[in-house]
Amino acid sequence: MTGAERIAAALSSPKQGSTALVAYLTAGWPTREGFRDLLDRVADVADVVEIGVPFSDPMADGVTLQRTAREALAGGVTLQWIADLLVERGPHATPTLLMGYTNPFHQFGWRRLASACGASLDGFIIPDLPPEESGDCDRVVEAFGLGMVRLVAPNTPDDRLDRLVAAASGFVYAVTVNGITGSALGDVGGNLDRVAAAAKGRGIPVCAGFGVRTRDDVARLGKHVDGVIVGTALADVIARGEDPIAYLRGLVGAS
Amino acid sequence: MTGPDDRGYFGAYGGRFVPETLVGPLTRLEEAAREALLDERFRHDLDHELATWVGRPTPLTYAGALSAAWHAEVWLKREDLAHTGAHKINNALGQVRLAQRLGKKRIVAETGAGQHGVATAAACARVGLSCTVYMGAVDVERQAPNVLRMKLFGANVVPVKSGDQTLRAAIDEALRDWVSDPEGTFYVLGSAVGPHPYPWLVREFQSVIGREALQQWARGPGGVPDVVVACVGGGSNAIGLFHAFVPTFARLCGFEAGGRGTGLGDHAATLAYGRPGVLHGTLSPLLQDADGQIQETHSVSAGLDYPGVGPEHGMLRDTGRATYVAVSDAEALDALQACCRSEGILPAIESAHALAGAKRLATESPGQRMLIGLSGRGDKDLGILAGLGLV
Ligand SMILES: Cc1ncc(COP(=O)(O)O)c(C=O)c1O
Repeated sequence: MTGAERIAAALSSPKQGSTALVAYLTAGWPTREGFRDLLDRVADVADVVEIGVPFSDPMADGVTLQRTAREALAGGVTLQWIADLLVERGPHATPTLLMGYTNPFHQFGWRRLASACGASLDGFIIPDLPPEESGDCDRVVEAFGLGMVRLVAPNTPDDRLDRLVAAASGFVYAVTVNGITGSALGDVGGNLDRVAAAAKGRGIPVCAGFGVRTRDDVARLGKHVDGVIVGTALADVIARGEDPIAYLRGLVGAS
Repeated sequence: MTGPDDRGYFGAYGGRFVPETLVGPLTRLEEAAREALLDERFRHDLDHELATWVGRPTPLTYAGALSAAWHAEVWLKREDLAHTGAHKINNALGQVRLAQRLGKKRIVAETGAGQHGVATAAACARVGLSCTVYMGAVDVERQAPNVLRMKLFGANVVPVKSGDQTLRAAIDEALRDWVSDPEGTFYVLGSAVGPHPYPWLVREFQSVIGREALQQWARGPGGVPDVVVACVGGGSNAIGLFHAFVPTFARLCGFEAGGRGTGLGDHAATLAYGRPGVLHGTLSPLLQDADGQIQETHSVSAGLDYPGVGPEHGMLRDTGRATYVAVSDAEALDALQACCRSEGILPAIESAHALAGAKRLATESPGQRMLIGLSGRGDKDLGILAGLGLV
């Protein structure tokens, strides 16, 4: 199976409950030393994990993920360090994506990164790289069979939505709100149904992210999409010194 | 109207690297801007406002004493005499009127030196739109008079404490604001940077500087200058001055903030030392480390203290049509004092970088006829100058 197929497959048969869980962790945070262990434990519970590549200017992130990125960078996290970690860890039963802003990837080189990571990496999510700009990345994604998750927003027009869904592999990332990560969730069902309808014909899963915090949120969004993405809330749990695994289990498992 | 290609690229630089939420608004902004700029009525009303409210055309002043001292013929294009004290008003007024035409209710802007913030606040007051300005906490301190001016014009000034707390962090924050209300809010970006269509749009509104100067030069000194000089932060006054001269034989020279040295973090000379990368929605030369993290910059001038630069300047550099060189804090401050003493003009520290660069060019080859963009006045810098013991 290609990375893209592994991602889609994992999302269509969640480990617990009926809504798949995608967990976002900022690479090397809260500490570089403890990250591998945290990642593996989270990967036991989540259906897909996103490793956040920290960037100095995260324009679509709220204060929580700005802080985790800043702290990770201060701790010396680089894309090279992340690639080394992935290679050392090897292919994992839970598909693993890299999520981050374009520039660190652009400097490292898409091909060099994909070659270095091999089967340890399943795909990319790059929020500031719309399809109009993603040609270099797309060629590598294609060549290595990686998932290229595309983000769609509430204000994405219908015709563009269709094009984004067609260009996506792995899953379609439905941003719940026009806003930054950590924004409050409003009444989002209508928009998610629109995305789900567009994705249905192509058989690609849809996951909703931005602002997902509680078991209630997951239940509510799960009526419209295949999975949810939890980032800011997970970082808040970790920052408070609480157990991220118990938190993630509590979002989806039987109560 | 020479512009970027369909995707907003000037040669290898430009584009639109933004979150999906902003793709639609940017596309509509581009369409609306094209329409407005072709609309006689919009242009006429804007020109009228530029003449009667901003005070355009700004004069071309012969700088006799500097000419004698530098063995050159020095002329200053006086954007310092534009309303609110810098070239920034040309773009701010244009964009605010565009926002008004689009029925937007709320304006956000970023500011470094505070000049773009003041200009936007003034333009918003003039047309009756609410205005929020993001300004790095460091800049709020060092350009305090401009904060007070923005407040007098009714703007809400938000100090930005994230990131490097200067212009770059202010743009990050303004973008976050805009992402959160992409349909109701209009982002008035203050330099020729950012995602397409901003670099082009800002140039269109600023190119009035060069159009006037070209005519004034033809009527005054005659012909075209040997060299056209401007300071370059994001590059808006420079592209505004250069644009009309690109098809002429005049040399085009931009001067960047060389700060206190050539090490990463000691300057803000992007074209001199940067490598291509993506920041604030555009692919352009950038000051960054090997891992693609954006570098902190240093300049005595808040308006030049930015790690990126407009994509069109990248193209002008690569094609050899323009050259870009760094001048140091110290050279700029010397030139500022010389201009004060010999011409009775207090330039902004930003603009003093253009003067310092021109002085270097004059030293290299005497007898040149030089057009220097005096992008703004230095009243805002009194605190910095006093702090340095220069007054
Ligand atoms: C007077 C003046 N000149 C120049 C600049 C630099 O901007 P740009 O390179 O866009 O002209 C500023 C920015 O604040 C300014 O206030």
